[in-house]
Amino acid sequence: MRPFPQAPPIVNDLAVVAATVNGSGSQTANNAIIRAIFRMGIPVNGKNLFPSNIQGEPTWFTIRVSKAGHTARPARVPILIAFNPRTAAADLAELPEGGSCLFPGDGPWRPTRDDVALYPLPVRQLAAAGNFEPRMRDYAANMVYVGALAALIGIELVELHAALAHHFKDKPRPVAQNFAVIEAAHAWFTEHQHSALSTQHYRLAPMAANQGKILIDGNTAAALGAIFGGVSLLAWYPITPATGLADALSTYLARLRTGPDGSPSYAIVQAEDEIAALGMVVGAGWAGARAMTSTSGPGISLMTEFAGLAYFAEIPSVVWDVQRVGPSTGMPTRTAQGDILSTYFLGHGDTRHVVLLPGSVAECFECGYSAFDLAERLQTPVFVLSDLDLGMNLWTSPPLTYPEQPLDRGKLLSAEELERLGRFVRFADPDGDGIGARTLPGNPHPLAATLSRGTGHNERNVYSEKPEDWKANMDRLGRKHETARRLVPQPVEELDPAAELGVIFYGSSDAAVQEARSLLRAGGLPTSALRLRALPLGEPTRAFVARHERCVVVELNQDGQMRDLLRLHCPEHATRLLSVAHSDGLPLTAEFVAEHVLLAVKQELPA
Amino acid sequence: MTIAPKGATNAIGLTKADYKGAASTLCAGCGHDSVASQIVAAAFDLALAPERVIRMSGIGCSSKSAAYFFGRSHGFNSLHGRMPAVTTGAHVANHTLLPLAVSGDGDTGSIGLGGFKHLLRRNVPMVYIIENNGVYGLTKGQFSATSDLGASLKYAGTNQLPAIDLCMEALIAGCGFVARSFAGDAKQVRELIKAAFSFHGSAVIDVISPCVTFNNHDESTKSYGYGKAHEEPIHDLTFIPHYDEMQLEVAPGEVRDVRLHDGPVIRMRRLGLDHDPADRMAAMLLLERSRAASEFLTGLIYLDERRPTLAETLGLGAQPLAALSAAQLRPPPEALAAINSEFG
Repeated sequence: MRPFPQAPPIVNDLAVVAATVNGSGSQTANNAIIRAIFRMGIPVNGKNLFPSNIQGEPTWFTIRVSKAGHTARPARVPILIAFNPRTAAADLAELPEGGSCLFPGDGPWRPTRDDVALYPLPVRQLAAAGNFEPRMRDYAANMVYVGALAALIGIELVELHAALAHHFKDKPRPVAQNFAVIEAAHAWFTEHQHSALSTQHYRLAPMAANQGKILIDGNTAAALGAIFGGVSLLAWYPITPATGLADALSTYLARLRTGPDGSPSYAIVQAEDEIAALGMVVGAGWAGARAMTSTSGPGISLMTEFAGLAYFAEIPSVVWDVQRVGPSTGMPTRTAQGDILSTYFLGHGDTRHVVLLPGSVAECFECGYSAFDLAERLQTPVFVLSDLDLGMNLWTSPPLTYPEQPLDRGKLLSAEELERLGRFVRFADPDGDGIGARTLPGNPHPLAATLSRGTGHNERNVYSEKPEDWKANMDRLGRKHETARRLVPQPVEELDPAAELGVIFYGSSDAAVQEARSLLRAGGLPTSALRLRALPLGEPTRAFVARHERCVVVELNQDGQMRDLLRLHCPEHATRLLSVAHSDGLPLTAEFVAEHVLLAVKQELPA
Repeated sequence: MTIAPKGATNAIGLTKADYKGAASTLCAGCGHDSVASQIVAAAFDLALAPERVIRMSGIGCSSKSAAYFFGRSHGFNSLHGRMPAVTTGAHVANHTLLPLAVSGDGDTGSIGLGGFKHLLRRNVPMVYIIENNGVYGLTKGQFSATSDLGASLKYAGTNQLPAIDLCMEALIAGCGFVARSFAGDAKQVRELIKAAFSFHGSAVIDVISPCVTFNNHDESTKSYGYGKAHEEPIHDLTFIPHYDEMQLEVAPGEVRDVRLHDGPVIRMRRLGLDHDPADRMAAMLLLERSRAASEFLTGLIYLDERRPTLAETLGLGAQPLAALSAAQLRPPPEALAAINSEFG
């Protein structure tokens, strides 16, 4: 090994990748590392890159520590935990010069680079400290790298203990066994690799950045948001990466919506497919319950016909789409923002849906409840587009905040109100917002009943194929869409007076784009930012585009789907909307975004 | 059976007209219109509160007929083959509602077969009427999954595939009320619907309901001519809403009285073979034998009320989910504070 020059340590700015085999329990080890660093008050997050497989395939977990609070996928990862011999050689090749590699010294793989620091660990010997029964020993091996890494970068043992207690819900035995391995590895590493420690560049030092903050994944935050929005039925079909959302609903509904007599005031139905899942949601929404489904792209396509029906029959319903890459198998465990166009227009015959675009776990929580208010106010399906990166990874977040507004159940007519009105015109538009009042099944007033159907109804919801009736209905739906434009969450705008360039983005790309903007600013290119939070797009977006000579739309798909929608929204400025669109299954990095924003602008400049 | 005079009212003061819907737009003589009139008659006889009933359907001639009855009840004419999912959702949202659904052999036997079986597996309490005519009507005469093997139609040619028996599919899926009837047998249809409304679970009635336009030739087993000539009711069936012990007829082998969970009784007076509808294996054998012998047996084929309904399986309380108050729907701020501290 080459001697490394002494350099000033880099404090609280580092990244670690743990390359392991999936199904080996490494998720517990990685989450313990993240939670311990979080407890040290240092901004941290983790991204799991995992295969579509149960056990035995390679998985990479990237932990990023950033005192500035950046959370995007790091482009450069200087510390490698090479615990998967099958990928170790390739993983080592990725390690930047001067990086560190921890690996099982008693395993089959030997590293072959002399420009990085190599730390062989006696894994079997150290894992024995846990006194695990034989079938658990593989799990214990992961705790060896936790202890060694803790010694290498300075994770406090007391915080690792607390993290294990959190994970194992204070069950003393697994906490003690796993912690014994961590301690043994920490002690061994400190003793035997002392010289390494003195040359190690990357160190942690406690901060106070996480006071009051929480560490949570987007799927759990979404589920909690739905519960605080009064969800009463989840109908769903298992699909990665949305399953965690349903699992979290199951966990927290049992806790928060079980009556004093032990009976649930909610229902979860695992449907036979995604068609039935949305069908049940529509049936329940029609009958007056707050109902939702959670799915991903393939489920969205199966839900197309029901989405159209709910739009035209005007039935409140909520659909979460935790986006992933494309159809079928291959990359269902990789992230993307590829369902923008298909979801916005899902249906047949002029449908434009309300689509919410949470950009953080806190916004997943907010969308969880606001989706129901919008769905019932607008009497329409509301889609929430999260993605695998946001949904399945752990993010540091401000605490979830209790909804400020009471539930909005929309325009509902009771029997008493019908009696007072003396008439019921389901699709009248008395307020000019395109929304009529509805009645629910069970309403005993003789005027209350109505037969819902997709098309072919007049204002009174009576069967009609008259052209003027349908035209009037479509015009009213158009007015309703304009109402939606004003009601949905408005974009977050950040204007830099020095900026001529605007950057437009949405969803989980927030992390990479915000960091890229700081890189661009440091490089002399200030930018203004517009983070979209919903479709339909509105006036603030048009004004932002009008204000900037050029706007780059950054998104995680191949074709620039949001850029296309923006061009439809601001046709007079179509040519100033440039696209940085990229889809390779991984979250964007700040370096990539900064570089490609520059390239996009350069290509637009006259030679 | 006394026929109510015009304008007569039932136990809740409603007339038959209160259970009717829009004028039918089906072909004159369509079996579905006969079924619709028996749906109206059954609901009138049972004195159902219109607001307690919901009328559900998918797409097709049969599904259109949901508009032709229960004008004072909410209804949903949904998607082709997807009525089961919508009804399941409505039941979970409000299990005090009584769904009555009309479907067809295409809607249930082809595009919706999966949803049909999963609804029965979940035991969504409802009346599920299949108006089975062995042909696609609205799209002008294609074979359906219940068309006879070897049947020929003007445009579709000869059907080379065996028919699906929807009663057998219902039995296999765990349905506790399986009946077959004939649109030309008004009394049996009506009594079965009344019994189905009182049944605690999914009740399937497969009604052979002739399509006068596309499939009413005498060789078709779904025609009026065939039905009138070949229908063999296994029993004469009467629904007795308020059962009095004194009415009990004890004539072993001749009359079977089956009491439903909330009191009423289905009386079956033996006509043909001796069939015990409580015997699931016997029900399957009955269907299989009638298929092999090309017999058209009608009546209550299987009855078993023991399975819990979906709402019961889910453990739902008396209050419908759709009727929960805002305070019941949204947990209090303390609950969120506790969660935040767990994730901190």
